[in-house]
Amino acid sequence: MAGESENLTASSYIDHHLTNLTFGQLPAGTRPGQDQAIWTMAHNGAEAQQMGFMAIHVDMIGWSLVLGIIFFIMFRKVAKTMTSDTPSGFQNFVEMVVDFVQDNVKGMFPYKNPLVAPMALTILVWVFLMNFMDLIAVDLLPWIAKMVGVHVLGADPHTVFFKVVPSTDPNVTLGMAFDVFLLILFFSIREKGLGGFIGELTLHPFSNKNPIVQAFFIPINFVLEFVNMIAKPVSLGLRLFGNMYAGEMIFILIALMYSAGPVLGIFGGGLQIVWALFHILIISLQAFIFMVLTIVYMSQSFETGESH
Amino acid sequence: MSFNLTFIGQMIAFAVFVWLTMRYVWTPITKAMEERQKKIADGLSAADRANRDLELAQEKAAQELREAKQKAAEIIDQANKRSARLVDEAKENARVEGERILAQASAEIEREQNRAKEALRAELASLVITGAEKILETSVDAKAHSEMLDKLSAQL
Repeated sequence: MAGESENLTASSYIDHHLTNLTFGQLPAGTRPGQDQAIWTMAHNGAEAQQMGFMAIHVDMIGWSLVLGIIFFIMFRKVAKTMTSDTPSGFQNFVEMVVDFVQDNVKGMFPYKNPLVAPMALTILVWVFLMNFMDLIAVDLLPWIAKMVGVHVLGADPHTVFFKVVPSTDPNVTLGMAFDVFLLILFFSIREKGLGGFIGELTLHPFSNKNPIVQAFFIPINFVLEFVNMIAKPVSLGLRLFGNMYAGEMIFILIALMYSAGPVLGIFGGGLQIVWALFHILIISLQAFIFMVLTIVYMSQSFETGESH
Repeated sequence: MSFNLTFIGQMIAFAVFVWLTMRYVWTPITKAMEERQKKIADGLSAADRANRDLELAQEKAAQELREAKQKAAEIIDQANKRSARLVDEAKENARVEGERILAQASAEIEREQNRAKEALRAELASLVITGAEKILETSVDAKAHSEMLDKLSAQL
């Protein structure tokens, strides 16, 4: 970042790294001389804030889609040429992953459903790929984006924001978690019936044979169980987001050391290697945890006739 | 960092990728893997079967070998018996033949003896006659005295 026209402070560097490339509806009067709402790229964090809900993080959704497509093409290629004879090369790897997912699903989800296992595979590989973006040098892809943005698209260098780790955006992680949540609701109602589902929400954990006492318990139970139910997708999404956000933050802080003299720079280089090695564990673990919890939640939504 | 349409976008993207994976990735891969598992299981059971068949065949071969040996022993035994009988028969035949030859020979000898006796008798008769003639100086009518001569020779 040394060749910039203005001196970058540490906080502006961090700020820049934590701002998404945002496309959205800018309300009227945000920019000077703008008299009506327009759909445009946000030029800074404040504009992105102004856009509110009607905005999309182009970098996040873009990388998310690119990684999803990479995942799909990789596995689709194998699926197309899949033979039941001796497997070789990449097929071995894919089969290993599929086998791993299948083992986990069989162990935790004792019901028959064609959706759960493929969903677990998608989560494992896709989330892993998203997390893996964290290991790519923290400035490399944003720098490339800036070069492309400035020299090809003619944008102002300070308006090109570019984050590359989709799982550091709570929108992305919660988006997936809410798909899981919708499936939990769908399967719960399908397997237990609407009555069973409502019963599960209102008749546990306190129950009494006396109907009057029971009626008194219902709101208490509902509050407890409803929070419990909502906590599932929220914790699922926020856990992944929190871990990855913290990891990226540390990479950014380490990267700051490079501009603080040769001694700190070398020290920072060592730290970065150590943290990257440790982060390999975290990214795999978080992808695995997301998958396992999804399977467990699915399994819970299929459970019938058991009070807990 | 704000809550916005990215959330909806990711929800749709996730749903689409799950669906794609289910339809185009998971099904063909797991199907092929199951197929391979079945193939391996089949192969193993076929190998088991082949082993069992081999054992049976070996047992059968041993059994047949044993039977063949027994049969060979029987045949040798029979042959031995038969050869002994043949030798006995041959001996018996030889003995009978020998006896027969002996009997024939003795009969021949007897006949020769009788013939010699006969010849001697005739010779003697003529000698007696000649001697008597000489003694009597007269010829004896052979015809007249033939009866007496015959009697004489019969006594010899």
